[in-house]
Amino acid sequence: MANIKISEDKIKVIKDIAKSFGNKPGEVINVLHQVQGKFGYLPAEVQEVVAHELNIPVSRVYGIVSFYSFFTMEPKGEHPIDICLGTACYVRGAEKVLDAFQRNLNIQVGKCTPDGKFSLNTLRCVGACGLAPVAMIGDKVYGRLTPDMVPGIIAEYK
Amino acid sequence: MVVMDETSCMPAIAKFYLEFTCEESCGKCSPCRIGNKRLCELLEKITNGNGTMDDLNALRNLAAVIKDSALCGLGQTSPNPVLSTLDNFWDEYVEHVVDKKCRAGVCKKLMQYVIDPEKCIGCGKCAKNCPAETISRTDYTAPGHKLASMVIEQSKCVKCGACYQNCKFGAISIK
Amino acid sequence: MINVTIDNKAIQVPEGTTILKAARMAGIEIPTLCYFELDGMKFENKPGGCRVCMVEVTKDFNGKPRRNLAPACATDCVEGMEVLTASPRALNARKTVLELILSDHPNDCLQCEKSGDCELQALAAKMGIREIPFKGEQSHYEKDTTLSVYRDMDKCVYCRRCETMCSKFQSVGALSGVNRGFPSVVAPAFEQKLGDSSCVNCGQCVQVCPVGALTLVDNINDVRKALADPTKKVVVQTAPAVRVALGEEFGMEPGTIVTGKMAAALRRLGFDYVFDTDWSADLTIMEEGTELLGRVKKLLAGDKDVKMPMFTSCCPAWVTFYEKNFPDLLGHPSTAKSPQGMFGAVTKNYFAPKIGVKREDVVCVSIMPCLAKKSECARPELGNGTDQDVNFSLTTRELAHMLKQSNIDLNSMPEEDFDSPLGQSTGAAVIFGATGGVMEAALRTAYEVHTGKTLPKIDFEECRGIFGESIREATVDFAGLPVKIAICYGLSNARKLMEEVREGNPNGYHFIEVMACPGGCIGGAGQPYHHGKSDIIKRRMDAIYREDAGKPIRKSHENPDIIAIYKEYYGEPCGHLSHEQLHTHYFDKSDKVEITK
Repeated sequence: MANIKISEDKIKVIKDIAKSFGNKPGEVINVLHQVQGKFGYLPAEVQEVVAHELNIPVSRVYGIVSFYSFFTMEPKGEHPIDICLGTACYVRGAEKVLDAFQRNLNIQVGKCTPDGKFSLNTLRCVGACGLAPVAMIGDKVYGRLTPDMVPGIIAEYK
Repeated sequence: MVVMDETSCMPAIAKFYLEFTCEESCGKCSPCRIGNKRLCELLEKITNGNGTMDDLNALRNLAAVIKDSALCGLGQTSPNPVLSTLDNFWDEYVEHVVDKKCRAGVCKKLMQYVIDPEKCIGCGKCAKNCPAETISRTDYTAPGHKLASMVIEQSKCVKCGACYQNCKFGAISIK
Repeated sequence: MINVTIDNKAIQVPEGTTILKAARMAGIEIPTLCYFELDGMKFENKPGGCRVCMVEVTKDFNGKPRRNLAPACATDCVEGMEVLTASPRALNARKTVLELILSDHPNDCLQCEKSGDCELQALAAKMGIREIPFKGEQSHYEKDTTLSVYRDMDKCVYCRRCETMCSKFQSVGALSGVNRGFPSVVAPAFEQKLGDSSCVNCGQCVQVCPVGALTLVDNINDVRKALADPTKKVVVQTAPAVRVALGEEFGMEPGTIVTGKMAAALRRLGFDYVFDTDWSADLTIMEEGTELLGRVKKLLAGDKDVKMPMFTSCCPAWVTFYEKNFPDLLGHPSTAKSPQGMFGAVTKNYFAPKIGVKREDVVCVSIMPCLAKKSECARPELGNGTDQDVNFSLTTRELAHMLKQSNIDLNSMPEEDFDSPLGQSTGAAVIFGATGGVMEAALRTAYEVHTGKTLPKIDFEECRGIFGESIREATVDFAGLPVKIAICYGLSNARKLMEEVREGNPNGYHFIEVMACPGGCIGGAGQPYHHGKSDIIKRRMDAIYREDAGKPIRKSHENPDIIAIYKEYYGEPCGHLSHEQLHTHYFDKSDKVEITK
């Protein structure tokens, strides 16, 4: 079976979170939610410990992590970029904006720049359709985007 | 509510919705897991100009079966954009399949940017903005213009539209 | 009871009956793919996912037609319901759904291990699929194999039977549905190799897989090579459960006993010695029974350290299960090797010198109803470092396949006997093949050895049966000493018992028998595919007990060849030499956590 390598303090964080949910198997999503909140992502060894604490198979934990797009096994960039591909943004040219981000950062969707500064993802509607097309960097919303605005926006975070 | 006009291509819009449902499909039932993927691939084929009339029939049957047999509300409604665009914009589908035309100019494989040599003043702004370096100068100078007109090498064009957006003289059109 | 009409046939069914089952009652078989049930054995997989069993409900609870088609496996009948199972609409959906499933399935039936036994292939034939109108991306995954199970997930139809078997019935939890949408697949955690997961190689995922996504690791060629090698003496042993199932592969009724024909067929294949695992099952009883009595005596003498209850250790999937999950309880299972393991040890240590051949030149092959036996015979401690005691383990299905390749029709074989001296066995040995059998066999011997009296009644009915309680319990009176026993199949039940033991054995069990597979070895993963028909397993069980009842000797300690080998070679059960050769030890195989900075 698995040979798990993990630090003591990480185990403690996971144990405390699991305990706060009574170590109940039914709370696995809540536990994963909080654990990801602490670590930013859910690497394999963290999932192993979560499974152990809740007394469920690690295959089930991984099943959940791989099912929900919210959970990630990849660390996110310092500035996570999310491009909205909702209907309104789409018809107003979100794809071209996305292309511009990919070109300027030289990464594909779902990936992180080698320096760890930016990660690029897409989502479906942030509820700001009036500003379409929209992108979010961290918690900041950028609206009425055109491809030529992209280099300037990226420069703000460099 | 999202209002669309003649710049939206209906088969492309249907494909856009299907891409979304493919992402959202949980994968549990086969009509949604595989069916939506196949709908999407059929629409991809059509919007790329490779579709046939048989594909349109397959599209309609598949969409109806997914609607009728999927397990949850997502799968039962995911084919609706296909079915309603087929019902209301049948002629657009036929144009894509038979005439290989996208009237909205959205489907890149079915369109080209063309410079009208009579309108082009030869300023070269289009060539400067072309990311694929596909625009060059011709030998032809239209009557009344000082510089020779520009031309796009269609085989290299990535259909980004940068030339079209940058031409201030209305010399570039979508065909 | 409620009234329903299916395909214009009016019938009455109990409330809570699904359309699928109601249709069966009316003699109408609606095709299914993901649905799988072992009726009466507490196993049901009903995700409602494949959508092959879609039917048209023309009159629902409200008197109106249902808007969408309904999955027959997951829709309960309601009073007055009217259903069409083969209306044009239902047929079109069924066919289209099947075409979709086939559009993401390799087109390699001719080379597929499952060909002929594949439920998808059968459905495609039934529905008359002639072309697949949908071309598109197909799923591709890396092939993966353990010593027992081969995974080709390109063929997975996501029915999730394997997952339900692995996580619910066995509580092993090696497999889970992962990812979403089109890339959904059943896989171990992190899509790692199955061998690196909590898998115990029970192989029940293979037994229930409708297609060729999960198959066995085929060792036929290894055995053929040994048979063709003139420098090798090839010895074969056949497990109890094989003789009541092999016939099915040759068109015989389930439950046909083919012991004699099988021995004849093995001889035709070219094995030099055709022996019987039943013989070593008798040997197992001598060792395990003696060990049990030893532990009971220690307990009665007030020994606080004696590990009670004792568990059986014949089932290799069960052995791996407790090594991976209960490393703190490794002292509880009997140290006796399994009958396969004992047979291998006797062959290489006793029989090889007896016939004057080096152990390396004797190839020991086992025919097992089991996939885990393939992994068991490769365990390093069951060999001398360079030569395994049992070299290759074939399943019942592989033997059938080998016979067919060699143009040997089991039907036309004469009845022949096993060879001597490792061929004679008792009724106690043959019942090893069914759940409760090891327990019953052990009780027959332990009772008589302990009390010195003849059993008043040889049949322990309380040990028998594949339906009913998940965990069967009984107290057997050993002339004033009440011996408390428990029997279960399915590792989820074993897990419950182990957890009880961890909590101090509140029920005071002395001896527990565990088999991983449904109904014991007769429902093993190496047996002919039963496709969910628990009746087939039942008929194999009946055959086992028929074979037992027909044996002149029915107690292991009365087997003359067993008595002889103790006299000639081993001395006494649990003696020095038998400890060396017939007993083993267990290893902590649980997850290891390494603390880093």
